[in-house]
Amino acid sequence: MAGTMQKRGRGRRVTGILALAFILVGLYFALIEAPPDAYQGEVQRIMYVHIPSILTAYLSFFIVFIGSCLFLWKREKRDDILARSAAEIGVLFTSLTIIEGSIWGKPTWGVWWTWDARLTLTAILLLIFVGYLMLRSLIEDENRGAVCSAVVGVIGFLDIPLIHMSVYWWRTLHQPPSILRPDKLPWENVHPSMLIALAVNFAAFILLYFYLLSLRFRVGEMEEEVKTLKLYGGAS
Amino acid sequence: MELLKQTLWVLWKDLLLELRRRESILAMFFFGTLLLFVFHFAFEIPAEKAAEMAPGLLWLAFLFTGTLGLTQLFQAERENHCLDALLLSPMDRASLYLAKVFFNLFLMLLIELVVFPLFWVLFNLAFWNLLPSLFLVAFLGTIGFCVLGTLFSAVTLKARARELLLPLILFPLMIPVILATVRGMEIILRTGKFEEAFSWLRLLIGFDVIFFTVGFLIFEWVIEA
Repeated sequence: MAGTMQKRGRGRRVTGILALAFILVGLYFALIEAPPDAYQGEVQRIMYVHIPSILTAYLSFFIVFIGSCLFLWKREKRDDILARSAAEIGVLFTSLTIIEGSIWGKPTWGVWWTWDARLTLTAILLLIFVGYLMLRSLIEDENRGAVCSAVVGVIGFLDIPLIHMSVYWWRTLHQPPSILRPDKLPWENVHPSMLIALAVNFAAFILLYFYLLSLRFRVGEMEEEVKTLKLYGGAS
Repeated sequence: MELLKQTLWVLWKDLLLELRRRESILAMFFFGTLLLFVFHFAFEIPAEKAAEMAPGLLWLAFLFTGTLGLTQLFQAERENHCLDALLLSPMDRASLYLAKVFFNLFLMLLIELVVFPLFWVLFNLAFWNLLPSLFLVAFLGTIGFCVLGTLFSAVTLKARARELLLPLILFPLMIPVILATVRGMEIILRTGKFEEAFSWLRLLIGFDVIFFTVGFLIFEWVIEA
């Protein structure tokens, strides 16, 4: 037990150091190496963190879904801790994405927020998983809280395609596709160093994500240990 | 068959309780009517704009009254540990879910049957002939609201501040239903043709089927936890 803990602790530290290194290299590529965008100028550089953070958030909600399914199926505390940890970090990255998007949107579109399909979807995702975390903190019974939030985790994820479809129709049935499409990158004439900057930052975010996830997971495990110790007066 | 019989028994119990006490239905009805007055004071809707705003306002009224009903849905079971007794009985948990869905659906449809014409009268709307097709859209939306709402009513059953928590979790998940019903009704009102709203109706039916299945399968774990 202690051996695997040590090994996991070392793995975590290595991931953390790697994440830091990738972030520094990514920042260099994003801020210095890559040329400014031909149309948007320097503001476009925020995309190097914006795209990785939303992709990491999606990954996180997928892990919530997997953890929730596993917990409902096998009822192992471990899966519940995983789902909860992923939900917390997912909410963090989604909020970051929205803030970064706003900072980019103000000089580019002239507004902080617009009811574009993609923006709306991101905001709804944030609301769903904030609800998930609130439910978690408001149910006192441990086991019941875990089951109920797992249900929200599963349904929240299943609802994403439906929400996506409905907000997309809502925006495209009523107005023609406009310039307000943050997803449309002109891939064909992108500078190679821009692509490298994006790739390095993406790797950095994934590493950072798994570092945070394993840290949060460890905290969850320790909380459980403390609870057991309290319950049995240190006998176990 | 057994499932259906058990469902009918639980539904009968709920209907009888409601008939004797008339708590939910009266509160929901007056709240729904009250909302129409609030909307009028808040927007002071001119007659020519009323048709444009009707779908959104109507659906807001249903959403709020429906949430009111959902928070009361398991009230009878909360008192005197009745839920434990119900779970001890040799009953399929899915039948409890079905009965609660039908009960809430029944209440909301009753309210809608009154609030729809009342809206038309209060805001001087023409085209009464569109009312049945609009009602059908609202019906599909209400099913979606009830299948997911009943499940989350059970999820928040033993949480602190559950009346606050329920809409907080339910409303973001209800976005497809809200969008589809409001847009569907708006299209019907604008074009006068039922066929135009088909794509939204398909989305609604998809939502209803998916979350009815999920709720039916998952409810057992939630109520027993």
